[in-house]
Amino acid sequence: MELGLGVNVDLTVVWAFLIAFAVFAYVVLDGFDLGLGMLFAVAPDRRDRDVMMNSVAPVWDGNETWLVLGGGGLLAAFPLAYALVLPALYAPIIAMLLALIFRGVAFEFRWRTERWRGVWDLAFIAGSGMASFAQGVALGALLQGIEVDMTTRSYAGGWFDWLTPFSIVTGIAVMAGYCLLGATWLVMKTEGDLQDRMRRLAWPFGLATLGFIGIVSLWTPFLQDGYYNRWFTGWGLVLAGLVGAAVLLVAWRMFTSLTVHRHEYRPFLQAIMLFALCFVGLGIAMWPYVVPVEVTIWDAAAPEKSQVFMLVGAAVLIPLILGYTAYAYWIFRGKIDPDAGYH
Amino acid sequence: MFDHADAVLLARIQFAFTVSFHFLFPAFSIGLASYLAVLNGLWLAGYGHVYRVLFDYWKKIFALVFAMGVVSGIVMSYQFGTNWSVFSDKAGPVIGAPMAYEVLSAFFLEAGFLGIMLFGRERVGNALHMVATAVVAIGTLLSAFWILSVNSWMHTPAGFTIDAVTGQFLPTNFWESIFNPSFPYRLAHTVTAAFLTTAFIVGGVGAWHLLRHTAGDNPGARRMFSMAMWMAAVVAPIQVFIGDLHGLNTLEHQPQKVMAMEGHYESHPEGWAPLYLFGIPNDEEQRLDYAVGVPGLSSLILGHSLSAPLAGLDTIPDDEQPPVAIVFWSFRVMVGLGLMMVAAGVWSLFCRWRGTLFTSRPLHLYAVAMGPSGLVAVLAGWVTTEVGRQPYTIWGLLRTADSAAPLDASAVGASLMAFVVVYFIVFGAGTFYVLRLMAKAPITGGPDDWETRAPIRTAGIAPGPAQGTPMDEREEAR
Repeated sequence: MELGLGVNVDLTVVWAFLIAFAVFAYVVLDGFDLGLGMLFAVAPDRRDRDVMMNSVAPVWDGNETWLVLGGGGLLAAFPLAYALVLPALYAPIIAMLLALIFRGVAFEFRWRTERWRGVWDLAFIAGSGMASFAQGVALGALLQGIEVDMTTRSYAGGWFDWLTPFSIVTGIAVMAGYCLLGATWLVMKTEGDLQDRMRRLAWPFGLATLGFIGIVSLWTPFLQDGYYNRWFTGWGLVLAGLVGAAVLLVAWRMFTSLTVHRHEYRPFLQAIMLFALCFVGLGIAMWPYVVPVEVTIWDAAAPEKSQVFMLVGAAVLIPLILGYTAYAYWIFRGKIDPDAGYH
Repeated sequence: MFDHADAVLLARIQFAFTVSFHFLFPAFSIGLASYLAVLNGLWLAGYGHVYRVLFDYWKKIFALVFAMGVVSGIVMSYQFGTNWSVFSDKAGPVIGAPMAYEVLSAFFLEAGFLGIMLFGRERVGNALHMVATAVVAIGTLLSAFWILSVNSWMHTPAGFTIDAVTGQFLPTNFWESIFNPSFPYRLAHTVTAAFLTTAFIVGGVGAWHLLRHTAGDNPGARRMFSMAMWMAAVVAPIQVFIGDLHGLNTLEHQPQKVMAMEGHYESHPEGWAPLYLFGIPNDEEQRLDYAVGVPGLSSLILGHSLSAPLAGLDTIPDDEQPPVAIVFWSFRVMVGLGLMMVAAGVWSLFCRWRGTLFTSRPLHLYAVAMGPSGLVAVLAGWVTTEVGRQPYTIWGLLRTADSAAPLDASAVGASLMAFVVVYFIVFGAGTFYVLRLMAKAPITGGPDDWETRAPIRTAGIAPGPAQGTPMDEREEAR
């Protein structure tokens, strides 16, 4: 699009960044509450569970809306990518949707029954775990490449192409990363014994996350020549090296703020930074493909008229959304009072 | 063993199943969100604390229903891609944008302010809480606006061209595609249906508590029953009028859908087309067996003249006809329930005039029986319009059989089974919890018995009246 004064903006690139942002917002925001769901498993005490759930009850719905934006935005901005990726990832996507149902309703159902509370707690744990795993598997399956028939504009692979050792590793990696986010969120939102336990738990999850980042980073370049070339030649090498160094630095700061400084909110922010760096690394590897390794963002882009029409709304609404979402978090800031829920 | 036709059929069953379940929740929560805003507003304006009692009562139910609507809705946003990828690829450039607008302008709005509405009164104060409550209600209506625009476009596509190479629908004018010919009618008809759905559920719950002697004088039950019956008396007749307009619009753009609704296999070039009240559609023989009809009435309704000519399905090629029996019957269910709603409204006006609104047991029994009528009518109407669009997903342009993802029937069948099992377990339990909340009468005491919300509290833990035991425990201890 010509903006005047000789400035040209490629709206396809703008939309690629917007969708990437939506996915990142989803991963971080729902990441911590999915992680919190898995951490229910190591917090059997009813009181602790009530506190944990109350810490996300007012915001989980908003967090999950970013997933809808990721899906809806992909359909709107890159309809071909949406039509290729979802059939290719059929089983993990369906598993994720079903898992999200169980953990979503658990937020309400567990307060509605004494007798069955344990069952909904279990649904919360299993649903959170399965959704996290399925998202990681989907990431891995996308990274390893999706077979496409461009003459029929359709997915051309088999129904279990997504299932590989690599995608299982990325599945577990995402579970570990979400647990780290969940544990550091709880360090920020809770006090006393529960906070101490989450502080201690953040260590193994942090180490596991770091280890998986290493494994996936070493594995990814060998999945496709394109990844290898982008990471290990020219500016890609410099950029990839910088990202790698930054990961180590941020991880170091996170562990010290967890244990040495015993900081309240910094570990959570540092865990988010770790995710952001991973995201940049993935972006460098995948660019400019939206469906590796055959379909670029320009191949899949919606026509300019659609891009412009949506951008007008997005330019106004996304800042507004960020504003009132931040406001909602601000209103519910501070530690959760364990006694607040009871009389 | 399976071929593409099986996969398409299974994908259709799956979509019908998941969207029908999903639709029940917003059909209820759209009206309920507005009702909550009205209740909270009346309380703040000083009309009495009964409105605050009702707000807290329905708020808990809203939280449950809304959560089920959210999780079943996420499924829908991905199912376009998993099961209908060809449709998504082709229609995405046109319908993607309004769907993205739905997320940006409605879903985030609802989600962002829902937390404040449910848990934030103590933190933000009554004024901002009122704003949040109103914003949630506006969000539900905006959501209806966008998604019904997309749905209407599939019935009456406008503002596009078709790319000769890719077969994609490309937008030429978004104003035309969003405000496509059937959209205003569908929006008015569906949102009004949502309000009626809520009114009859609220009325049914109110009547239930009026019938139970223990709560016979419950001011909350009386107030909610009275409000619901006003809605029935005023809105149900309006809905009949809107439905008629919507039907005429359908006749103009999708005549074979109306032929199926009416059971008109045969044409009536001379007018005097009968309105069939009953009959068994017979697609094989292309006639309505055992037909019972009122001569000329269909011409009168659709053509506004007894001698208005009406074409029948005999003018439509077989492979362009929707399945008549489903459309014919679902339409009759919807219209029948609509007329019974009007009857409830009229009856309530009569009792109100006689002063027996809160004592007439027959009226209360009828209202309880009509409690779920809105939900059934909404589904029946939905089936009428969507099955009536067959064999197309995009009317006249893209066939359903050409819209599905290249999936194996076994994959679609397996996911369908999983959805059926999970939905019945999860939403079955949810419905049980909703009914259990409804079975409790609204509290009757003064402000001391109100639910005072501690800062961060989830929707569930309601302090019981007076003795302060959580309601669940009291309920289960019985």
